[in-house]
Amino acid sequence: MSKVILTVDDSASMRMLLKASLTAQGYKIEAADDGQHGLDRMHEVKPDLLITDINMPKMDGFELIEAVRALPEFKGTPILVLSTEFSDEKKQRARDAGATGWITKPFEAAKLGAAIRRVCP
Amino acid sequence: MSDELDEIQAIFFEECTEGLTTAEEGLSAMQAGDTSADVIAGVFRAVHSIKGGAGAFGHTDLTAFAHRFENVLDEVRAGKIVPTPGVTAVMLRAFDLLSDHVSAAMGQASRPDDAAMLVELDQVLENKGVAGEAVAPAPAAAPAPAPAPAPVAMEAPAAADADPFGFEPVAISLDDLDGAAAPDADEFGFTPVHVDIADLDAPAEAGGGPGDWIVTFGPSRAALANAGEPLLVVRELEELGGKVTAVDTDALPALRDLDPENAYFVWTLRLPGTVEESSINDCFDFVAPDSLVRVEREESAPVAEAAPAPETAAPALTLVDMPAAEGALPSPREMAREGDLDAMLGMVQAIAETNTVAPADKPKTPDRTEAVSQTIRVDLTKLDMLLNLVGELVIRNSILSDRLSAADQQKVELPELARLTRQIQDNVMSLRAQPIRQAFSRVPRMLRDLGTETGKQVVLETYGETTEVDKTVIEKIGDPLTHMIRNAVDHGLETPEERLAAGKPAEGTIKLSAEQKGARIYLRVEDDGRGINRERVRAKAVERGIIAEDANLTPEEIDQLICAPGFSTAEVISNISGRGVGMDVVRSNVEALGGRLEIASRPGKGTSFTMILPLTLAILDGMMVRIGGQRFVLPLGNVIETIQPEQGQVKHTTPETEVVDVRGQYIPIKRACDLFGLSNNGRRVEDSLVVIVESEALGQVGLMVDTIDDRREVVIKSLDQNLFPIRGLGGATILGDGSIALILDIEALATASPAHRNPVKGMAA
Repeated sequence: MSKVILTVDDSASMRMLLKASLTAQGYKIEAADDGQHGLDRMHEVKPDLLITDINMPKMDGFELIEAVRALPEFKGTPILVLSTEFSDEKKQRARDAGATGWITKPFEAAKLGAAIRRVCP
Repeated sequence: MSDELDEIQAIFFEECTEGLTTAEEGLSAMQAGDTSADVIAGVFRAVHSIKGGAGAFGHTDLTAFAHRFENVLDEVRAGKIVPTPGVTAVMLRAFDLLSDHVSAAMGQASRPDDAAMLVELDQVLENKGVAGEAVAPAPAAAPAPAPAPAPVAMEAPAAADADPFGFEPVAISLDDLDGAAAPDADEFGFTPVHVDIADLDAPAEAGGGPGDWIVTFGPSRAALANAGEPLLVVRELEELGGKVTAVDTDALPALRDLDPENAYFVWTLRLPGTVEESSINDCFDFVAPDSLVRVEREESAPVAEAAPAPETAAPALTLVDMPAAEGALPSPREMAREGDLDAMLGMVQAIAETNTVAPADKPKTPDRTEAVSQTIRVDLTKLDMLLNLVGELVIRNSILSDRLSAADQQKVELPELARLTRQIQDNVMSLRAQPIRQAFSRVPRMLRDLGTETGKQVVLETYGETTEVDKTVIEKIGDPLTHMIRNAVDHGLETPEERLAAGKPAEGTIKLSAEQKGARIYLRVEDDGRGINRERVRAKAVERGIIAEDANLTPEEIDQLICAPGFSTAEVISNISGRGVGMDVVRSNVEALGGRLEIASRPGKGTSFTMILPLTLAILDGMMVRIGGQRFVLPLGNVIETIQPEQGQVKHTTPETEVVDVRGQYIPIKRACDLFGLSNNGRRVEDSLVVIVESEALGQVGLMVDTIDDRREVVIKSLDQNLFPIRGLGGATILGDGSIALILDIEALATASPAHRNPVKGMAA
């Protein structure tokens, strides 16, 4: 059974790019277009991994991660954050929110895969 | 690039366009004084998304520019830069360049020169504002530390256009004062690279036959938080060719004291020296910073301080090719070895409790499956094809209703079919309808450019942006709209000095509005400038031979002259609108769309140009009439009422012109048969039906017709494509019986005089 990844990004092109790249690597992809929707879909999809953008309308990525981590069901679900840059400060912020790791945009398929395998066996 | 990527990129470009619109709206709001957090965050997010996507598709120029722009926006968002008018102005110009970069990425333009803009953005970033502009109490409590020399690139040595006073900010670090330490960019613009001496001391450079890597990894408690799994790091190192040489389990407490959420092991791995150090470091990217991570070259001579083991002394357990399967937790096997089964069971229980949640109380969210995509992209040619087919369907429908008796129509449920057809038609039309905002979106940018070029200050007001119009109409009004606005700024508005002298605000206002009235859309460009100088226009028209010197023209007729071909009054041919191809092109474009152009001007107060266009170019709700025995279609949208005049209701003003008295109002009567050269068999107005129609130019006008047949929707077929434009006719349509009827152009009919006579004899009836 292939692993299910929920991707949350407000940009349709980014969602499609993630889907294209990850489907090719054998993952099953579900998507949501903002933090609030992402939180809703967590319950429905129960993914093996959550990948979320940070800057989104309604509920941003950090808020989403905090909300997901607050649910005991998803305490052990790895979460990767997508952003165009990760300063040490930003990494710490991601960690504080509950993120397991991060991926810098733009991503190469190989690096994306490596980052995923680093958090999701 | 694969088809799939191409497709995704096309979507990205659409997002760029949307993002640019959002950013521009936000920046305009900021310019107007709304600097609320939401507005700023919206602009930031838009630029940020463009940057992110651009990187993914390899548009490095766009990414780089968006990044520098974003840096400024980020500081504005964080409250570190106050969005003063000066700062907002810089951002608006940066926005313009960003749009240019997007166009370049789309392959529609060449790469813009952004060197000066980048310098300006960096200066805003450094100065926390625009130099020379009074800034409201900036929250920056401490003076910012001397910023690192901004990466000013090689181009412009950050100068000249710096600020109005010619000051150029120079960052001086105290280190500079003692000479040696860190010079800023030198006269060639090179910035020094800081090299840590320690780096040079690092053992074994790449080329020199590197020794193996000895990697020590002792995850902290925090490394297990957030679903972190140190074991996966060990695995990744193994994939790089690493072998676990030792696992230090000294810190492992007795089972009863063991905290299942803590980490106790320290791994030591040996990796081949050929592995890049960065690849090894990458493996530890997600590992909490308080974990023990050490990556070292193996020293050939064993030196005391370079011992591979962590400070926690000698490893208790040394394994080769340890399966590493147990991760940070002691394995159950080890626990069993300790004989503490109770504790182990307790732990299992604890783990079970933390990992599961009662499924019953889980809030079940309403079904929102794949609400992600609310729009789909459809090739426009497919929509056009659909529209054509629906047109055919409408025609077939009329054919059926012509051929079947009323009873038969009921029997085959034709009325129901007709209703469905109409609904399909409405839906197809709405698919093609788009808010006119799209046509407006280019205007703010254009006005900024025009303002810069002409030195005039312009404020834009827009109304009715949500008015929906057929896509083909939107596509075709772009050029006329551009001409109208250029004309308004170039010829309509005065210079700030002239305006102030005339007692007007220095800033001119351009009002852009769209409004739907019936089946027509009114698109108006209005300025509050000097108005049309009729004396000069008249003189110029005489000079150009457009009118005779003794021509007797009303003020309105003089205004119309500016649309005459070859007319131009600009004293200086500017590069904006002074080539004499402006307004006559606008008028012919508008007329080609089945519309009209109206000009209204008040000296000293301003001028307005109004394009009056049909909402759709394809289907018309029409009234079938007969004139001189021929069948014609009258656009129903223009029809007000029909009357059968009685004796005495019709008055002759001249032998050739008549008016009809409708409830005290005298309405001129037009005989279409005369215009088309058709015989009406000497029929008098009193014996005919008169259809009262509303015309834009003359108000209500009565059209004399023989009979009125019925009402139906007709698909407009252009005459121009096959014949040539005929005054008074707006097109043709195919009727249910396969014959052709001509569609009347009310405006042309209303303004026609008997002198305009088209011979249209021999038309198939």
